[in-house]
Amino acid sequence: MNTIAVSETDAEAPPKRRGWSPTRVWGTILLVPYVLVFLFFVVYPVCYGFWLARDPQSYVQLFEDPIFVRSIFNTLVFLLIGVNLKMMVALLLSGFFLHDRIWIRWLSLIFILPWAVPSIPTILSVRFMLNPEWGVINQLIFRFTAEDGPNWLNDPTLGLTFSILVHIWKSLPFWTLILLSGRLAISKDLYEAASVDGASSVQQFRFVTWPSMKTLYVTCTVLSMIWTLGDFNSVYLLTGGGPADLTHVLATLGIRYLRLDQVNLSMAAIVTALPLVLPLVYFMMKRLSK
Amino acid sequence: MKRFSLAGIAGEAKLLLIGIPVLIWTMLPIYHLFLFAISPRDAAFSGNVWPEEPTLRNFEIVLNQDHYFLIHFWQQLANSLIVAIATGVLTLLVATFAAFAISRLKVEGGRTVMNLALFTYFIPAAFLAVPMYRTMGLYGLLNSKWALILAMVTVASPYAIWVLKQASDKLPYELDEAAVVDGASPMQLFWMVYLPLMKPSLVAVGTYALLLAWNEYLYAFLLLSRDTDITLPVALGNFLAADDSPWELLMTTGLIYALPPAAIYYAFKRYMVSGLTAGAVKS
Repeated sequence: MNTIAVSETDAEAPPKRRGWSPTRVWGTILLVPYVLVFLFFVVYPVCYGFWLARDPQSYVQLFEDPIFVRSIFNTLVFLLIGVNLKMMVALLLSGFFLHDRIWIRWLSLIFILPWAVPSIPTILSVRFMLNPEWGVINQLIFRFTAEDGPNWLNDPTLGLTFSILVHIWKSLPFWTLILLSGRLAISKDLYEAASVDGASSVQQFRFVTWPSMKTLYVTCTVLSMIWTLGDFNSVYLLTGGGPADLTHVLATLGIRYLRLDQVNLSMAAIVTALPLVLPLVYFMMKRLSK
Repeated sequence: MKRFSLAGIAGEAKLLLIGIPVLIWTMLPIYHLFLFAISPRDAAFSGNVWPEEPTLRNFEIVLNQDHYFLIHFWQQLANSLIVAIATGVLTLLVATFAAFAISRLKVEGGRTVMNLALFTYFIPAAFLAVPMYRTMGLYGLLNSKWALILAMVTVASPYAIWVLKQASDKLPYELDEAAVVDGASPMQLFWMVYLPLMKPSLVAVGTYALLLAWNEYLYAFLLLSRDTDITLPVALGNFLAADDSPWELLMTTGLIYALPPAAIYYAFKRYMVSGLTAGAVKS
């Protein structure tokens, strides 16, 4: 009885928002640890970074550096070809993993491995496969043709291609999984109705799957672009930015300048990526912070 | 019946036509890694699919630190472990507190903090690394494990807060009201009502932070440099600089380093997949 009476009075007068109620005090205290982390390790570094990048001369120097111009180009190739290829394959594969077979269930467990294991051992493994003298690929080429295979990573185009492939290898499982969960959320009734109407599987995809998945697909693509911009490992561990610094992307170029003790250039290189990053971030913030 | 019809077999064949390339694509680098680890030095370069004399000798060398590249193997493995566990625990603390304050206590400014956290989540990791490296220098934390741990907490907590907030918004408010009516303080609410209910999400988020820190290469490579301080991935990366890298040992060390995250992933798969994919993208 007593408790019910109390709750009724509470319902009439909702918990006070003004003054320092225990709820407000504790809420504030519990928020402090993250706010401190944010201030010390995000706000301060970002402001300091902008301050380091304040000299207009840095940008002049940057655009005069052919390596920088090349790395902008590489970054765009990475984003346009790499991300779209990855997302399209992920969308198609998510349809494959939808099939209910025991072997497909086993395959899906194996398929997730690239995402679950750390990049460095597997990327180094790929790097060694491509080694011109001892790599398994050229060993096989030699065995069948008795001729030496190409020096794969010594060619900037091939180096960039393999970096993109490594990136796709690593992140494809994650996006396939996300798109698969999107596909599982589509009502079975829609497909049944479509097949009653005699829709082929291509038509089912076109008129049922795609309209239901479009929003998710676009969101995933944008998020994937942001993460791809921050992917240092695929390029650095496979080609090291070489040959002749021709396969750098912005993520590795910033670190390269840092290693050369050109911190201002390093920060300026990152700042030049902002026109690309900010619209993507804005899109994601709008999507997620509703 | 349907299984053995002609159309059924054709359908199965079509699936296999996709499945087999997917299996090969996925396993190639991992199998290559494994093949090197169990091959004697010379055989590894032969291009065979299976070594004539598979051996565990490489593992023996690595675990006994029997090569000058590996004299700190155990120390570096321990460093990786310390950093991963500390990151997991700290991220859980920071993120659970924040998610509880924002979602359940509805603290003023909570929304703003949430949005700022989301914003951090969208800064490409390699872009934050450069100013972070300089700032750690200013704080005097460079070459200390704390630099890496704090950097990893910074990177992991926005997503952790986001996932935890999504999950805790789903808990019924009646529970909180009932507890408050019974005279529970906010902290009692936190410990006795909130944490037990959030257990699956906490496992998912803790594992996520742990694996993130264990697998991290870039921040570890920037923030730590002494051979006795670095984590295992940085040590693996340092092999690359040498001209006479013992590749079979590098691959063996890599395999040892890759096993724990794979095992943890499969052990917690149930939590990881539901907790993380649900939080990752809200459609």
